[in-house]
Amino acid sequence: MNFDFSDDQKQLRDQARKFLAEKCSPKAVRVVLDGMAPYDKELWKGLAEMGFLGVAIPEEFGGAGAGHLELCVIAEEMGRANAPVPFSSTVYLAAEALLIAGSDAQKKKWLPTIASGEAIGTLALFEGKGNPSPKNVKLTAANGVLNGVKKPVADGAIADFAVVAARTGSSGRDSDISLFLVDLKGGGAEVKSLTNLDPTRGQAEITFKDCRAEPLGAAGEGWSILTQVLDRAAVLCAFEQVGGADRALEMGRDYALDRIAFGRQIGSFQAVKHMLADMYVSATLARSNSYYGAWALSTNAAELPEAAAAARISATQAFQHCAKNNIQVHGGMGFTWEFDCHMYYRRANAMALGLGSLSYWEDQLIERMRKKNAA
Amino acid sequence: MNFDDTPQEAAFRETARKWIDANAPKELHAELSKSSLGRIRLASRDIVEVGKAWQKKKADAGWACLHWPTEYGGRGATPIEKVIWQQEEGVYGKLTQPFQIGEGMCGPTVMAFGSEDAKRRYLPKLASGEEIWCQLFSEPSAGSDVAGLRTRAEKKGDNWVVNGQKIWTSGAHYSDYGLLIARTDPNVPKHKGLTMFFLDMKSPGVEVRPIKQANGMQEFNEVYFTDVVIPDSQRLGAVGEGWSVSLTTLMNERMSIGARLATGVPEMFEFCSNLMLEDGLAIDDPAVRSKLASWAAKSNALKYTSYRTISALSKGERPGPENSIGKLVSGMMLQDIATYAMDLQGGAGVLTGSDEETVQGQFQQMLLSSPSMRIAGGTDEILRNIIAERVLGLPGDIRVDKDVPYNKIPTKGR
Repeated sequence: MNFDFSDDQKQLRDQARKFLAEKCSPKAVRVVLDGMAPYDKELWKGLAEMGFLGVAIPEEFGGAGAGHLELCVIAEEMGRANAPVPFSSTVYLAAEALLIAGSDAQKKKWLPTIASGEAIGTLALFEGKGNPSPKNVKLTAANGVLNGVKKPVADGAIADFAVVAARTGSSGRDSDISLFLVDLKGGGAEVKSLTNLDPTRGQAEITFKDCRAEPLGAAGEGWSILTQVLDRAAVLCAFEQVGGADRALEMGRDYALDRIAFGRQIGSFQAVKHMLADMYVSATLARSNSYYGAWALSTNAAELPEAAAAARISATQAFQHCAKNNIQVHGGMGFTWEFDCHMYYRRANAMALGLGSLSYWEDQLIERMRKKNAA
Repeated sequence: MNFDDTPQEAAFRETARKWIDANAPKELHAELSKSSLGRIRLASRDIVEVGKAWQKKKADAGWACLHWPTEYGGRGATPIEKVIWQQEEGVYGKLTQPFQIGEGMCGPTVMAFGSEDAKRRYLPKLASGEEIWCQLFSEPSAGSDVAGLRTRAEKKGDNWVVNGQKIWTSGAHYSDYGLLIARTDPNVPKHKGLTMFFLDMKSPGVEVRPIKQANGMQEFNEVYFTDVVIPDSQRLGAVGEGWSVSLTTLMNERMSIGARLATGVPEMFEFCSNLMLEDGLAIDDPAVRSKLASWAAKSNALKYTSYRTISALSKGERPGPENSIGKLVSGMMLQDIATYAMDLQGGAGVLTGSDEETVQGQFQQMLLSSPSMRIAGGTDEILRNIIAERVLGLPGDIRVDKDVPYNKIPTKGR
């Protein structure tokens, strides 16, 4: 057994950390936070040049052809840096959907442009309130045109194309749902930016009016493909969350060492120490489940659905826990716009909802464990 | 990243599996499988007696204390081979419970600090289970603050004479030897006046009294020492160095990974899968699912955390204090799960009944036993201190007794 990343993968992680420390300082994140730019274009370009956007895309489609373990270590660093770029939408959702279900022509058209940083992609799934479920997909597809409204769509306002879940049947079964690929610049899709918890990552409403779309994957297979995409994204997002949790813990620890009150470092008070110890425990548990998810993802193991749900739950809890208590350790200063604590708090709580909420994944984990026990 | 055995590991696993298949006490398999949450119930057999037989059989064939050198009763196996063995030993591993303190803590301390003669005399018999060891550290006024212990050892010629009292000693009533830390100099600060020994538990003046615990059971003991004579040859480490010797013992406790930590999750999953509530099965209730999923995720995470530790071990790295999280997480989880299992039973949850064999009855016992999981082997609070100080690098507690001679430290709060 070797339940760890390889030396090469660790080296890649160091490389990504160094790159992001240089190109994605909190000051750079604040440009997007304060609404001066929709995302960090320079950083996006740099990520493409480093080969990070296409790290898990095969070489024949313009990527580095490394693999998902490599993508996991980069994801962790993206989370640590709170990077204000459409990485998860483009790389975990759009690219993975194409890799799973895309035709050769679709892959050839979009994957190289993802790897090169020219195209931003996203997944348009949600239609208002509710978690991922075939029942919640009302947008219709008929004769190659889509009609309906998707919101929220992560990074929708800056995306060039979207993978859209659409209703193509009314039998009440999963096979009512099919996926479509839409060029958002091709007309028929009207995009409106929405305000959200985490301004460093945009959210949008997209209205499709007789919008031309091409099928992605077989008709009626949409939900099954989507489930696979969400599982993969759950693992990759878990690494981002672990990176964010670790950074929030580190910020809290550093502040507890610097800040003096009652004549001593506040980190010498057990109430503070124990809070930080509990944050470490959450972050460690999340990391361990994420590693298992990474293994399942990289080997396409039968365990992936259960591993992904467990990683998603632990990582969501850990990031929320660490981000929340990081503010608590900082006291009043943690509640200022000037300190960076709130950026992680915002990101943690936005990420907790992006692929479906915690309760959704809890439900999924139990369902999947039952299936395994029954088998 | 992979879970596959190397060819050597696969061969080792095959050898172990074959030997276990041919030699394990299969008549106990069903009962051992049913025993859960760290408690072993054998209808007509004594666990110590059955455990000794299994341990001896393993030792004779080279399967006891695998990671120890062969000259001291082990197999010279790698850490990963030890883990493979534990996986293959499966439920029969529960029979090793009486030997775990000896193997995990006392043995390694003797190995690090004992004379060559002592190592050859005591370790093979410890490994084979012929002699059982216990650990005599905690005292009534020295629990978390174990360095504040009072048991005195005074030098008389070539011997030490010991007077005092230890407490929470698991297995003292069936142990042959004990690892004892005692105060040899009360005139220096508390950490500096301690010395480590081992002694024959049948020495004159040793009295073992069982403690009736809050859960009604008797698993721990008090051990009283009245003018107990220990030869100086049974001292481990230098006089006054007992504290640093004890750190070796405790570090080895952390190294003995793979220790099966009960979380209560499999039992709870089964319970919820079968419990009928007014609106259907408990496991179909969203509130139940939410709690169960969080616990299951934690329990999985503990398993994979131990896999990460094993991987580090197999690369020759030393697991550090980060291993403290296992007990911290599982102790609290056991208590929470037990409480919630009873909540789901409604009014009838109050009954402890006689159906302890059923899954349902186990939770009442678990509730009553779980406080000890959060105290024994380091309280939750001490574990959090360890994580905060040694992993996160936060300042140590301000110790008002640090530079004070031991005999000047106040002993009463009011």
